[in-house]
Amino acid sequence: MVHGPWLSLLIWLPILGGVCLLLPGWRSAIFRRTFALAISLVALALSLWVWFHFQDGTSAMQFVERVPWIPLLHANYHLGVDGISLPFLVLTTFSTVLVILAGWRIIDYRQAGYFAAFLIMEGFMNGVFSALDGLLFYFFWEAMLIPMFLIIGIWGGPRRIYASFKFFLYTFLGSVLLLVALIYLGQRVGSYDLLAFQRAPLGLGVQIWIFIAFLVAFAVKVPMWPVHTWLPDAHVEAPTGGSVILAAIMLKMGAYGFLRLSLPIAPDASRYFAGLMVALSLIAILYIGFVALVQTDMKKLIAYSSIVHMGFVTLGFFAMYFMIGALTTESARMGVQGGVFQMISHGLVSAALFLSVGVLYDRLHSREIGTYGGVARSMPVFGALFVFFAMANVGLPGTSGFVGEFQVILSTWQASPWWSLGAALNLILGAGFTLWLMKRVVFGPVRSEAVARLPALDWRERLVLFSLALPVLVFGLWPAPILNVMRASVAHLVRQALTSKIG
Amino acid sequence: MSRNWTSSRASRMMMLTLSIVLLPLAAAALTGLAGRGLGRRLTHAVTITAVGVSWVLSLFLVLRVLHGARLDRVLYTWMVSGGVRFPIGFLIDPLSALMISVVTFVSFAVHIYSIGYMKDDPGEIRFFSYISLFTFAMLLLVTANNFLQLFIGWEGVGLVSYLLIGFWFEKPSASAAALKAFLVNRIGDCGFVLGIALLLRETGSLDYSVLFARAPDLVGRMVDLGFGLRLPALDLIGILLFVGAMAKSAQIPLHVWLPDSMEGPTPISALIHAATMVTAGIFMVARLSPFYVEARGALSLILIVGALTALFMGLLGIVATDIKRVIAYSTLSQLGYMAAALGASAFAAGIFHLVTHAFFKALLFLAAGSVILGMHHEQDMRKMGGLRRHMPITYVTFLIGSLALVAFPGFSGYFSKDALIEAVGHSTIPGAGLAYPLLVLSVFVTALYTFRMFFMVFHGEERMDAHTREHLHESPWVVTLPLILLAIPSFGAGWVLFHPLLGGGYWDGVLANAAGNHALAPFRQETAWSFFLSAFGSPTFYLMLAGIGVAAYGYLLKPAWPAAVADRLGSAYRILLAGYGFDRAYLWLGTTVAPFLGRLLWRRGDEQAIDGLAVNGTANALGRLGSWVRRLQTGLLYQYAFTLVAALVVLVFWALIRTSGGV
Repeated sequence: MVHGPWLSLLIWLPILGGVCLLLPGWRSAIFRRTFALAISLVALALSLWVWFHFQDGTSAMQFVERVPWIPLLHANYHLGVDGISLPFLVLTTFSTVLVILAGWRIIDYRQAGYFAAFLIMEGFMNGVFSALDGLLFYFFWEAMLIPMFLIIGIWGGPRRIYASFKFFLYTFLGSVLLLVALIYLGQRVGSYDLLAFQRAPLGLGVQIWIFIAFLVAFAVKVPMWPVHTWLPDAHVEAPTGGSVILAAIMLKMGAYGFLRLSLPIAPDASRYFAGLMVALSLIAILYIGFVALVQTDMKKLIAYSSIVHMGFVTLGFFAMYFMIGALTTESARMGVQGGVFQMISHGLVSAALFLSVGVLYDRLHSREIGTYGGVARSMPVFGALFVFFAMANVGLPGTSGFVGEFQVILSTWQASPWWSLGAALNLILGAGFTLWLMKRVVFGPVRSEAVARLPALDWRERLVLFSLALPVLVFGLWPAPILNVMRASVAHLVRQALTSKIG
Repeated sequence: MSRNWTSSRASRMMMLTLSIVLLPLAAAALTGLAGRGLGRRLTHAVTITAVGVSWVLSLFLVLRVLHGARLDRVLYTWMVSGGVRFPIGFLIDPLSALMISVVTFVSFAVHIYSIGYMKDDPGEIRFFSYISLFTFAMLLLVTANNFLQLFIGWEGVGLVSYLLIGFWFEKPSASAAALKAFLVNRIGDCGFVLGIALLLRETGSLDYSVLFARAPDLVGRMVDLGFGLRLPALDLIGILLFVGAMAKSAQIPLHVWLPDSMEGPTPISALIHAATMVTAGIFMVARLSPFYVEARGALSLILIVGALTALFMGLLGIVATDIKRVIAYSTLSQLGYMAAALGASAFAAGIFHLVTHAFFKALLFLAAGSVILGMHHEQDMRKMGGLRRHMPITYVTFLIGSLALVAFPGFSGYFSKDALIEAVGHSTIPGAGLAYPLLVLSVFVTALYTFRMFFMVFHGEERMDAHTREHLHESPWVVTLPLILLAIPSFGAGWVLFHPLLGGGYWDGVLANAAGNHALAPFRQETAWSFFLSAFGSPTFYLMLAGIGVAAYGYLLKPAWPAAVADRLGSAYRILLAGYGFDRAYLWLGTTVAPFLGRLLWRRGDEQAIDGLAVNGTANALGRLGSWVRRLQTGLLYQYAFTLVAALVVLVFWALIRTSGGV
């Protein structure tokens, strides 16, 4: 076990860096953005350091830090990571680097503030993934909303005020109940230790209320149907970087909440509501699949596609309660692994898709599909990359997008063949909305003089897109490393989730 | 000591296999990433050398396999999940070795041909990179020792097929055909993935060796689907997997993408949409023969679907006027034959026909491509005629391909197809009685559409415009050499392969046979020569002659007759022209029903029901807040907003501390 304030560094270094950026006295913009990039690179290196010093094969929390925080409440500054949260730390730091690179020249209005917001948000998001204390978790959970709210509200599109408030209120109102539930648990257990919450015996009635409170907060974040309508608006108005972080990291928070809080703290209520959760997941996959098909705005289409993919995640988590027979535990593990892998892969692929749309938007200032056509003629390298990411979005084997969906479809059969079928229908629908987008934007006759004159990717754009294509390909060809890291923690979680707490 | 020796021999065999599979990938990667730096010539050299070496190595592999060498080895573990290890690994046995040599040979010929065919195309380098990538994916598919890798290769060839159908992506019809091909294949994949899921659940593994060992345990096991629906596990798995094969190998009703795939460059039609990729479904079923022989219900379905495809797709070939479409319908029909052989549990006959078909169909497509080159990219046969005088090599090779296709005695197609039909006749799988007459009738149809095409293109009056006629000449050697290369096995493969493949000596038990079914028994004692002689006593021979005769009458002697017949047939003719309406049905589903549903759910569901009603109150409050904040925009929204939110958080914590402090 490694000791030392590594997680704290991952949280506070970017925040401190962000604050420094806001201070007056910087000589020029280039210093500021180099500084921002340096900080984000250091954070990435730190998270990789943590990744390589993490020990597989145990579900115990590692890199634990624990000092009293609010003694009056028995709340501690308690951090630690396991195999489930670790990949998300790396994903967060990696995405932040890309976002800063992507905003290098594009953001000209208050650039320092833009970078500062992303660095501060990075710190808070790392906080969410490493907090082991209920109050600390809630603090980071709410705090990360502020920078995102500002990013949409200041650097967003024409309807940014509407979108940012819709985003903020939707998610903020959602999480008020989370706070109530955490306070209740804190009172009852006598501390805010999440691991103590997980161990605490609770009656079904209490669990049900706790589950509902968590559900409201997490379902909004995932987002699950029918509380998903904030997402398309937020994405459409957010600047590219905002969309990337929103899709890559923030959407994972809700699913992460299910794993860290709902399933282990309220396993009996999870079983009680599992039918509802599965239904909502399948609705997300099928209903939203059709909605995505008719979108005319590229960002909206990808936003809806995100909802579909997150449906696989929640399906993978909750189908386990319906599994019967000898293979239940193994299938349940496969389902949860598939869900987590899907979260990671979606983080990479949706980030890449939003960045690709950003590349086009920066050139023609339109997100309308109808503006484009024949982009591959003027931007062949970009066209190849865009199609590659689309294929990953479609879940083509050999890309990371395949692995999680495959695991979820395989494992869900253990619960019901019909749910497997429902999920598998996304093979058709997902290919439909994604590749129809490709047909209209990348392929086809060159739409206009402007499209014909589109400048090719510059080296920075290439760097960003290729550095996303690499992990998408590598983890598609060899997903084992990520699955090995999470194996023990997922097994532990499934045991918790399938063990009754009543009595 | 001896263990070391065998393991080092296995290692050498693994190295050989890996070289064959990875060489085309390396070539594809190199030319795909650095093609523009390499230039045309180096791109040709790199890709052709890689595939050529792969082909030569594959011959060594076949030799080793003939000497009894086998390989079943894991390269690396893709993942471990749900207590199951999913490996990437290779299986070399008579079946995969045969497939490897066919794939690399046809690919090699097509690579050479493409130098001539794709000359002057601005996307030439991209094209070569794609076909090398395709070769890799196809090899990955046929060498897999487990279902996961098969599926990776399966989707890999699908991807390259998509990219190549849409190769001329600026043509709206090309990008539409690419999308259609991918989507229809995805319908198949949907069944395929579910089949894999059920397979995994019932056997606990996706490795072929484990599956085959456990298949007998599944006999009699039922799968409960709910709603009182209980089906035999084996049949359900077999059918679900075959749904995938139906899309890939273009069986009714998932065949609709293949005729449209002709939008791609002609070398692709030869390599992907005739010789190799479309046979992947046939290969998959044969690969799983130890499994399928226990699933008789699934076999019956395959048999019937195959026979229907063979006849009804052949009929469409009679009315098509685009030369590539005629050959495409013929491919559909021949794939139906192969599927019928599989369904009759005559797996060896199905694979035999797959092999001969790969040669003569690749030949026909490439020869058609040579014609299209000569005609300045005209594909309408009504504007051709009399080409035999201008393109002698193309003419002769096309004739060899045609004779092989109609199963003229002595040509490769005769040995495989007549054996196949006879095997179906001897089969005891339910449905064989229905399939047999359909297949026999198709012999007439095949001969009719093939020689209709042949006469329309090469004989009769020259119907092209004067300009085209002036420039008519034989294609360059890079085009005609592959034609000759392919003409050799199109004629001779039957003589060489008949006895080993159908006598059963070659397979060494790799292809199973259903219990009590003796579809292939008649061929045990036959030699190629005796089988050749038996042709003239068989009714199929005279049906084939009749087909050629009718074609000769209508397209050589009485050119006005076909139109009169079409008139007389009226609505039947129109049904054929419309391809039985499949395309319209899919089009309606895809462009009318699905978007309608999408708009309904979006406008009525998301916008009206959820946002409009449920979020209404909140939305109003939101609006008011919004307008309030908008006034602040004159100042620094940034700071105001930050203060607002920070204050909210502080408030919450303050309240929290107060309430808990009291406890």
